[in-house]
Amino acid sequence: MSRRRSEQITYFLIRGVMYSIVLVIGYILFDIVRHGLPALNWAFISEYPRKSGSEGGILPAIVGTLSLLAGTIVVALPLGICSAIYLSEYAEQNRFTAMIRLAIITLAGVPSIVYGLFGLGLFVLFLNFGTSILSGSLTLACMVLPTIIVSSEEALRAVPRGYRDASLALGATKWETIRTNVLPYSLSGIITGSILGIGRAAGETAPILLTVAAFYLPRLPKSIFDQVMALPYHLYILATQHPEADKVLPLQYATALVLLLLVLGLSLGAIIIRIHFRKKYRW
Amino acid sequence: MWKDKAMRLLMLSAASTSIFLVALIFIFLMKESAPFVLKPGLGALIDRQWIPVSFVEEHFGILPLVTGSALVTGLSMLFTIPLSVLGAIYIAEIASPVEREILKPFIELLASIPSVVLGFFGLVVLAPLIKNLFGLGTGLTALTGALLLTLMAIPTVITLSEDAIMSVPRAYKDASQALGASDLQTIFQVIIPAALPGIIAAIMLGVGRVIGETMAVLMVTGNSAIMTWSPLAPVRTMTATIAAEMGEVSFGSMHYQALFWIGLVLLAVTFVLNVIAQRVLVRYGMMK
Amino acid sequence: MVETSPFPADTEHVITTSKVNFFYGATQALFDITMDIPGRRVTAFIGPSGCGKSTFLRIFNRMNDTIAGTRLEGDVRINGEDIYRNGSNVVRLRRKVGMVFQKSNPFPKSIFDNVAYGPRIHGTHDKQQLAEIVEKSLIRSALWDEVKDRLESNALGLSGGQQQRLCIARALAVGPEILLMDEPASALDPKSTIRIEDLIGELRNEYTIVIVTHNMQQAARISDYTAFFYEGHLVEFNATKKIFTKPREKQTEDYITGRFG
Repeated sequence: MSRRRSEQITYFLIRGVMYSIVLVIGYILFDIVRHGLPALNWAFISEYPRKSGSEGGILPAIVGTLSLLAGTIVVALPLGICSAIYLSEYAEQNRFTAMIRLAIITLAGVPSIVYGLFGLGLFVLFLNFGTSILSGSLTLACMVLPTIIVSSEEALRAVPRGYRDASLALGATKWETIRTNVLPYSLSGIITGSILGIGRAAGETAPILLTVAAFYLPRLPKSIFDQVMALPYHLYILATQHPEADKVLPLQYATALVLLLLVLGLSLGAIIIRIHFRKKYRW
Repeated sequence: MWKDKAMRLLMLSAASTSIFLVALIFIFLMKESAPFVLKPGLGALIDRQWIPVSFVEEHFGILPLVTGSALVTGLSMLFTIPLSVLGAIYIAEIASPVEREILKPFIELLASIPSVVLGFFGLVVLAPLIKNLFGLGTGLTALTGALLLTLMAIPTVITLSEDAIMSVPRAYKDASQALGASDLQTIFQVIIPAALPGIIAAIMLGVGRVIGETMAVLMVTGNSAIMTWSPLAPVRTMTATIAAEMGEVSFGSMHYQALFWIGLVLLAVTFVLNVIAQRVLVRYGMMK
Repeated sequence: MVETSPFPADTEHVITTSKVNFFYGATQALFDITMDIPGRRVTAFIGPSGCGKSTFLRIFNRMNDTIAGTRLEGDVRINGEDIYRNGSNVVRLRRKVGMVFQKSNPFPKSIFDNVAYGPRIHGTHDKQQLAEIVEKSLIRSALWDEVKDRLESNALGLSGGQQQRLCIARALAVGPEILLMDEPASALDPKSTIRIEDLIGELRNEYTIVIVTHNMQQAARISDYTAFFYEGHLVEFNATKKIFTKPREKQTEDYITGRFG
């Protein structure tokens, strides 16, 4: 009986640990929504900031983050998908493949601030792109590349081998097989995984700190060689560098909420895409 | 057929960029930090003082930054390891299927909260709490940073530990239960030991993530480059130093080079952690 | 081994192999297989699992090429042409040699798109023409009546037996001369199996059919010739009637009487 009792207590403790974690996450989200929502309105997201961010909206930061995202997608998505296709469809088990895999694992572990340093050294200074959307997007693209490769490869491998065999046996070439009978079925998985990775890039601050982000720039970018404001960096500045940080607290909360909504919205979008495609292809 | 060959080549080149990128990262970090070796020499990094801007004498000692990172990381692991391992046990072995389907996305949700948002939360909610709780002059301490880092490490460590626990063959569990062991005995005496290599790898990857984390620690650890082992003192980590100071240095200066040296140390540490963790996973057949 | 040829004098051998050895990495899977397979007949490969019969079948359309680390020695000819010579066109070979797999594997596309897949790959895009090919192939595979009203619905909604007949239609649509079948009915219920067997019977006069089966009754029912494989060796190849009534080799007799395997 006592053993039973002590087991029950242990179960209770483990469950307690799990749900405290959930509770903390919930509380953080709740706190940001509760304080952010009152300050969030159409003017806030559609107006330019005034008085170094003490008043007005965050439009340039939203546009900045979105353009960085677009740039990241344009660079990282094709590169990541092609890499995944190579690894899942072509790669043989040899030294070279092992090297690629080691490289991907290494990239996945590189700290985001080190990506920032790298972007500064290569894109901003060496290639002379300056602090610009281009430098920032390229830096973020390097950072999300491993995530895109890993999730895309997983999605490609999930396609049953039988489809490839059947297609090849009908006289399709390897590339025709991949294009018509592997990629279409794995697209949902590829997109889901990629969006999750790219969503994380949207919230990153360290890599853009040194490569693109502007402290205060109340206008919209005209080309990829322009500097931009970005949501995460703007939040950081408002929260830590603003002379009257306490007074702009509602604006900080609202910025945090917008950033959170953007990132979580992307994740949610990814999940919806996944559900939509799952209905379409079932095996 | 030529098209087929061309496509293969295209995919191959794309896949090779990863190797190319890793090489570039190492090369550029070394390139930017290299002149430091000649003047003032690598010895300057091993100093107990980090005073990169001074009218009297500059010090580029990274030791206080290393101890700062170590303190924050160590503290956060003190929380992360028990919480994550128990969490993983709960999800893998105790939770009902429905619960699992809800808990797993929730943990993923935590992973996708931007670190600057967590840092902000730490700044406005957690720091005042710590300040009042311990009666401190400031709530910006190593402990505050460690608590936020715990939140960031938890998703990584829980997810990977859960994979490790799930990879334990069902037969072990059945055998244990057939011998009359209770569920809990089975979990702690059979499943956890069998999953241990995977859990250790998960923790190592968590450590890598925590050491490299920048924004949250930059915002809540107080940023004073003093050597200390006190959890309630303000500290400054390697990552925070780069983030805070790189914006203000003149490119090519010794200070600039020293910051790149910090980056190289970070890169080396996370690289080694990653490689060892992967080796462990491969060796024990826990690679997905 | 073969003292008197089992084939009638006017037999045309479509597939001929000579001293074929096959390796998966360092493991040898087939040993010195020399065999002539007659055209427009049904030839069955039988033998216990792992005897190499499927591996041998997949040599004829070079599907083993898709497995890394495999190697072939010896001579394999189809209509006299060495299909493994350098520069041989695999795509053309596979148009000529269709294959039906053990597990039915229709693509997760519509029924129409499944059958039209091959012709499209090979350059037919004319709608009218495609529709004709699809109809003809589905009629041939005895599936037309069941699906003609729902050609646009997903192929995965078909029953297992229908899916397998769809796969046969898909293979026929490319216009092959040879059909390779790798245990095409092993995953089906008895009723569907009979339908597939009937279908093979209907196709036998137009196509050279090679079928791998572990079901000896099936081999006896549908094939003209039977080859018995054991541990990578071709033990005996003869007219099906002979194999099942008067096997020459002891191993063959043991197998067909159920003493092993």
